[in-house]
Amino acid sequence: MLPDEVRQSLEKQIAAAEHPREQVINVMYLLQKHYGYLSDEAVQVAAELLGLTTLEIEELATFYDFIYREPVGKFVIHVCDGVVCWMFHEGSVFDYLCQKLGVCAGEITKDGLFTVLPTACLGYCDHAPAMLINGVFYGSLTPERIDEILEKLRTEYCELVICR
Amino acid sequence: MAEEVLLAGRRPDRPLTFDEYRQQGGYGALNLALRRKPEELWKIVSDAGLRGRGGAGFPTGKKWSFIGPGFPRYVVPNTDEMEPGTFKDRVLVNVNPHLVLEGIILAGYAISASKGIFFIRPSYEMDAELIEREIQVAREAGFLGKNILGHDFSFDLVVHRSAGRYICGEASAQVNAIMGRRAHPNKVVHMADTGLWGKPTIVNNVETLSCVPPILKNGPEWFRGLARSEKGAGTKLYCLSGRVVCPGCYELPMGTPFGEILEQAGGLPPGRELKAFLPGGASTSFMPKKFYEVPMDFDALEATGNRLGTGAIIVFDQNTCLVGATLNLIEYFARESCGFCTPCREGLPYIRDLLWRIEIGEGKEEFIPLLRQMSNCMSLSYCAFAPGAASPVLGLLNHFEDELREHLSQKKCPFGGPGIDFRDSLIALEEPSRPTV
Repeated sequence: MLPDEVRQSLEKQIAAAEHPREQVINVMYLLQKHYGYLSDEAVQVAAELLGLTTLEIEELATFYDFIYREPVGKFVIHVCDGVVCWMFHEGSVFDYLCQKLGVCAGEITKDGLFTVLPTACLGYCDHAPAMLINGVFYGSLTPERIDEILEKLRTEYCELVICR
Repeated sequence: MAEEVLLAGRRPDRPLTFDEYRQQGGYGALNLALRRKPEELWKIVSDAGLRGRGGAGFPTGKKWSFIGPGFPRYVVPNTDEMEPGTFKDRVLVNVNPHLVLEGIILAGYAISASKGIFFIRPSYEMDAELIEREIQVAREAGFLGKNILGHDFSFDLVVHRSAGRYICGEASAQVNAIMGRRAHPNKVVHMADTGLWGKPTIVNNVETLSCVPPILKNGPEWFRGLARSEKGAGTKLYCLSGRVVCPGCYELPMGTPFGEILEQAGGLPPGRELKAFLPGGASTSFMPKKFYEVPMDFDALEATGNRLGTGAIIVFDQNTCLVGATLNLIEYFARESCGFCTPCREGLPYIRDLLWRIEIGEGKEEFIPLLRQMSNCMSLSYCAFAPGAASPVLGLLNHFEDELREHLSQKKCPFGGPGIDFRDSLIALEEPSRPTV
């Protein structure tokens, strides 16, 4: 069940919009933040709040790559697979992360912390190869630097940004 | 060093503040503009020769002049910027957010809009937060909101956070996305008449909009004079990435030859030699070394059969396999296709499959004409996405057919590819039941 305070804050946000439907992505982001991913229940709630059908929410949720319809780890690692990063993928950042964490694309590590996803060019080509974790960008990656970043995320508190 | 306009006063560590921008004469153009009629702005911007910096190069003044009747009207500053190799809008927003805002307000005045919707991609969340803070600063100073500077013009700006996907950069798809619909392009309606919520709407790239305040302040002749080429106008934010010593965003006169831009970025690292470059992001065509002196502007690149695109230059050296690079680009486009029309949805995976086979040494002679045929068919698609996606493939066929043929004759990639990425993908191809991401 969605706590009342979350529901009320969503209702307030929708009521303040000129057109409720323009809030649909924000609503999905906030529900995703609450549930950890856009669960079936979240789809229902979003539809109800916005006066849309669940199918209308579903067709948006499955369109966007930053909306997760399946459970993800606390940290979602979006690895850039644009052409510039590809050029610098000596040994492949993506494969290194998957091997290091023992997961395939989209899976969650056993400790529930990480999910790795390939992502369209992140716009950090001047710092290739690059990745984005919960809205924070990391560039000029090497295996050593990736190890350091993972260790830091595991051990230090980190504020979650809305777009994960 | 050439005159910088958009990145003038750039700080290495932080964006320019509102006060610093004011000291540079910031928001002065808005003050001047509000004393003129909106139509006069169309003419000044047209006389300045300003063309859209987001990829299509459409004349900005002309775009504004198409604005249809009816109110409210909307301005959509486009910061979707998902063209691979492109990061100029991110740099611009981080260097001088208030220049961007002043440009947006001026566009709002030019088309008598009451609201702007700043469309930004999810990986730029930090920049979205920055813009939101600075919007508040501008609002408190009276540059946004009701009766701006005491004039009969009210305009406000909100940030729309996207949730990804390349196609959202296309104007009509972007408007659909803002309205909470699936972001398919819509070529049936004119944005200028029935755009956002069925009202007159103009979608402009933020680099384009940021050129407007300096044009109004210094005049159209000055702006035209900034360019190196005769028909060009203004400066351009060129993004340099790939095999260069100092990748980054360089503001140079429009029409600066490719070779000079490359030298600004320190050239290629020692031991590496230029093989090819993409002049304006992933949806332009590969250019070989013989185009070293080509002026980087709209007309000069069109004359070579290519496009300036976003001005994002990606440099490839002699050790990079261009078949592999093209395969990567097509993988990108096949995944990002919105799936609405058949040529794009079905054609791009087909091209990807042919390139895959060539890259792993299973290519056949007949694949080469087939690749050309399929790439040419992309012009039959609904929007400009698929022809753009086919551009690098045609560039590969036109200028690097020898490299393609080497893959055929050696029955493998002569550069030692494919990497492990591609082997993984092939397993996915053989087992269609495996879920793909």
